[in-house]
Amino acid sequence: MFPPPETRSTPPSILFVRIEGISKRFALVKANDCVNLGVREGEIHALVGENGAGKSTLMRILYGLYRADSGKVFIREKPAEIKSPADAISLGIGMVHQHFMLIPPLSVTENVILGSEPLRAGGLLDTKSAKEKIMELSHKFGLAVEPDTLVEKLSVGAQQRVEIVKILFRGAELLILDEPTAVLTPQETEALFSVLRRLKEQGKTIIFITHKLNEVMEVSDRVTVMRHGKVVGVVNTRDTSTEELATLMVGRKVLLEVEKGPAVRKNAVLEVRDVHALGASKVPKLKGVSLSVFSGEILGVAGVEGNGQTELVEVITGLRRSTSGVVKLLESDITNLSPREILKLGVAHIPEDRLKRGLISGFTVGENLILGSHFSSPYAGRLWLEGDSILKNARNVLRSFDIRPQAPELPAGSLSGGNQQKLIVARELSRNPVLLVAAQPTRGVDIGAIEFIHRSLIAQRDRGCAILLVSADLSEIMSLSDRIAVIYDGRIAGTVEAGEADEKELGMMMTGVL
Amino acid sequence: MLQKLGGAIVVPLIAIATALLAGAVFIAAIGQSPVVVYGILLRGTFGNFYGLGQVLFKATPLIFTGLSVALAFKAGLFNIGAEGQLYIGTFAVAWVGFTLSGLPGFILVPLCILAGALGGALWGIIPGYLKARFGTHEVINTIMLNFIAIALTGYLVTYVYFVPETVHTQRIATQAQIPRLEEFWPVFRGSPVNLSLFLALGVAVAVYLFLWKTKFGFELRAMGLNPWAAEYGGIGVSSGVITAMTLSGALAGLVGVDFVMGYKHYYEGGFSSGLGFMGIAVALLGRNHPLGVVLAALLFGALSYGGLVINSIVPKELVDILQAIVILVVIAGTNVFGKLALSLKKRSLG
Amino acid sequence: MDWMIALTFISQTIRISVPYTLAAIGGTFSERGGVVNIALEGILLNGAFTCVLATYYTGNPWVGVLAAVLGGVATALIHAIVSVTFKAEQIVSGLAINILAMGVTRFLLKVIFGSSSNSDRIVGLPEWKIPLLKDIPVLETIVSSPLILGTVVIIVASQFLLFKSVFGLRLRSVGEHPEAAESLGVSVTGMRYAGVLLSGALAGLGGAWLAMDQHSFTDGMSSGRGYIALAAMIVGKWNPLGAAGACLMFGAAESLQMQLQGRNVPTQFIQMIPYLATIIVLAGLIGRSVPPAADGVPYEKEKA
Repeated sequence: MFPPPETRSTPPSILFVRIEGISKRFALVKANDCVNLGVREGEIHALVGENGAGKSTLMRILYGLYRADSGKVFIREKPAEIKSPADAISLGIGMVHQHFMLIPPLSVTENVILGSEPLRAGGLLDTKSAKEKIMELSHKFGLAVEPDTLVEKLSVGAQQRVEIVKILFRGAELLILDEPTAVLTPQETEALFSVLRRLKEQGKTIIFITHKLNEVMEVSDRVTVMRHGKVVGVVNTRDTSTEELATLMVGRKVLLEVEKGPAVRKNAVLEVRDVHALGASKVPKLKGVSLSVFSGEILGVAGVEGNGQTELVEVITGLRRSTSGVVKLLESDITNLSPREILKLGVAHIPEDRLKRGLISGFTVGENLILGSHFSSPYAGRLWLEGDSILKNARNVLRSFDIRPQAPELPAGSLSGGNQQKLIVARELSRNPVLLVAAQPTRGVDIGAIEFIHRSLIAQRDRGCAILLVSADLSEIMSLSDRIAVIYDGRIAGTVEAGEADEKELGMMMTGVL
Repeated sequence: MLQKLGGAIVVPLIAIATALLAGAVFIAAIGQSPVVVYGILLRGTFGNFYGLGQVLFKATPLIFTGLSVALAFKAGLFNIGAEGQLYIGTFAVAWVGFTLSGLPGFILVPLCILAGALGGALWGIIPGYLKARFGTHEVINTIMLNFIAIALTGYLVTYVYFVPETVHTQRIATQAQIPRLEEFWPVFRGSPVNLSLFLALGVAVAVYLFLWKTKFGFELRAMGLNPWAAEYGGIGVSSGVITAMTLSGALAGLVGVDFVMGYKHYYEGGFSSGLGFMGIAVALLGRNHPLGVVLAALLFGALSYGGLVINSIVPKELVDILQAIVILVVIAGTNVFGKLALSLKKRSLG
Repeated sequence: MDWMIALTFISQTIRISVPYTLAAIGGTFSERGGVVNIALEGILLNGAFTCVLATYYTGNPWVGVLAAVLGGVATALIHAIVSVTFKAEQIVSGLAINILAMGVTRFLLKVIFGSSSNSDRIVGLPEWKIPLLKDIPVLETIVSSPLILGTVVIIVASQFLLFKSVFGLRLRSVGEHPEAAESLGVSVTGMRYAGVLLSGALAGLGGAWLAMDQHSFTDGMSSGRGYIALAAMIVGKWNPLGAAGACLMFGAAESLQMQLQGRNVPTQFIQMIPYLATIIVLAGLIGRSVPPAADGVPYEKEKA
């Protein structure tokens, strides 16, 4: 048995939600282990923990998306059976998911009313009264929305507002927000916080999941900390600090910095000059990007997702055509060359979407490890594959990068997310590339693997490799990069030396203020 | 490893069992005894060498079309056009066979085989190109091309290359004709199974080697499993689509080697009654693996000939019904079985 | 230009377009819900056969029409079960059903009517001759048969249903982003079944038209119309009005084929026209036609 959680919060007033002893197991993992949680009516309650701590799982159980293996839930002290989102909604619970549940080709109004549509005669939609109600909510809570605009045309911040209006439309009294600021700029985050405060004024209860401790300190009333599926602490925000919360979250003193020496720069390896490119639906995404990366350094590209990072990486690696501009690798023009040619020139790429781009789930680990090198020696002759070399390579790589399980014949899809990412990193680094493009290299990966990947990147850098690092995690950028470039609206807004970088300044560049 | 093999067999077995059960229902519904009917079928097909020869004969073209569809599936493509491709390929075989009749046998035979492959390849490259260039789905295009191929070859055999009072062309040169098995093994006397069977088996081995032992096969399989990752890994997906459809068409076109060179020695309109579509069932039942395809082709060949044997009692269309049920159960079962196997594996690892 | 020939051509086109239109609109509903339905061809065939069977035994063509709809729904049910509940590959399921329909109709054709090519003759639907309208050329055709008039009504009703009703909104949501729909309490499975069964009803009705027009069932009488209807659906950008428009175009191709019969061109080339037209039309739409985002992707509910 484990010691009872630290509880230094004031005695409860009215508890809107009381969760008692909830447990949930997914195959091998116990995501929630006998969790108790109490949220008071009218408070903003933060739920913190690392990736995999169990916070999202717990909230999904509360919202009816998952069924708990055991435990009870009480809403306003009455026992509640929440078997589906419909049940949760009828109890006044609404959830804004981390990945928005919005339907792009439909309008704001259609998205808001889906499932709770006001009707006219004959099963037809009553869009007029729907719009009226939406505008009413918009004014009451300060959530600016345009009812007739298609969601696919909205900014991320605007989409989030739609999500909130959506749950208020259904009479939510408890709002659950899952990592709401993950995709927002510092300025949009402030805007969200004022909305939250307004909601609280109107008597709503809010639970918000986050791993950003400074936000917890800024806006919440109380905090519950989870680790490895268990609750390890419940405190009043004003009685605690980010250091204490961090320690509770991780269970040990957290090293926020990665150890690295200074960069030893030599020549320019990658040069991107005034590149323009179109994104999905022919929308211009790169509007004149220029940057350069030198050998022996890590250039971090910071920015809110959607400002062109994805397209920039794709243009450099040959996965997307540029409409104008030049990309040069060590003095050769590689603009619009095919991915194969760029691979042959010594460019490695850790893709941001490992399941879509980085791995073929149905192929074995061994086969995945030669993806991108499969067409030349030592893995293939002019026709035949060299099975022995492939196997030998797999065994070596699995061992040196500690990827589990160490079985080259296993389908890559059966590996855990962290091991899959390590596999991709291992593959790309083993190429001893001249340029490494790493996009979101530690997304969805556990702490141990993150440290490993960071150390590997630094080692490559010290070997003389030029590294272009793209990440939505500003702290990762700041701790790994030697220089930081901020991308905003398809252009580089500014470049700073990492040592002189200031988070506020970066935030302003990320939102186009600077 | 054994687990993987076991998994590969279970679903097809369930599919066959379900189909036979459904067949029994249909047979009973028309007042016949399933046991009696299936008994006749079994005796007629595997109970004697003549029947076995017929089964092998029916299976030969199915190996070709099965491989054709299987290869396409492996590349992530739906080749519904095997029917049209085999029509064009078969006609090409006949045309070369009677047009270049002056050439000696050792040149003419390979030339005819090549013609079959090229004819089918031509009919495969069209939808392949359309998909690569215009993004139009190969399902509709190949189906349309089937109709066009049948009409086109129909025209050629009715108006241009016909022998009067018949629906077939002139005969191909004798040196292009492939002998029947009965000339080497008299037990097969009377059955039209011929040496093209060995070509089919050889081609199956070649397809296996191609897909799993060459780098081109690696790229095709990668593309079929995840075209995004394939592109990332330097694989040209557009050219891969064209290559796959062309090879797929070529495989289907080889049916002509059996039908024209080994059997009738001329091209006859309407000779294929759905061999291309049956190829889909063969490929699925054979799990898109050359070995599976050969076995599945044998099974469907047996059903196909068996249908003829019992035709006086039960309409041979029963075989088409069984074929469709096999496909439905295989695809429905694969998903269910796959999830089951995965959860069992996870439990055993934990 | 001879007016009479043109008007006859238009009237004939309208008549011919009926089965295409019904199948294409049916396909639209199915795919808007996220389920690819290649089985339209087989449903047309089954619908035609059930219509003939029911009309033959009852002597009442309206019973035949009802039977066609039910037959279509039953056939579509198989597709729904395999694709939605078993989450199997939808394209292959559709194809298998087409093979099944071919096999079953041929089997029953032999067993019941004792022929491998066609059934006995049946009585068709009444031909209406409405007093004022019967003299106006094209309009006259539209109201001449209840099925043609019905098709026009269905086109308009479908457009309303898909874009202005609760059902339509939910169906579309399920085809674009099933997770979002599910999170709001919309049953993805339920809506997808509805879409597929509706496509079965409509395509079945299309089969009834084929049977009634010919007053019998002939082997393979759908002749690829179900596949062409899919192309029409794509051309029509997955909405009923667009699909109907595209079907008129394909109907015109078939009508043209009939006009050219008997002239100096060999029949085989004329037969090719509708199929060639389909390929060309589809190729001409490079990237402009975008299907619903979740079309063809089985919905895996997250482990509850």
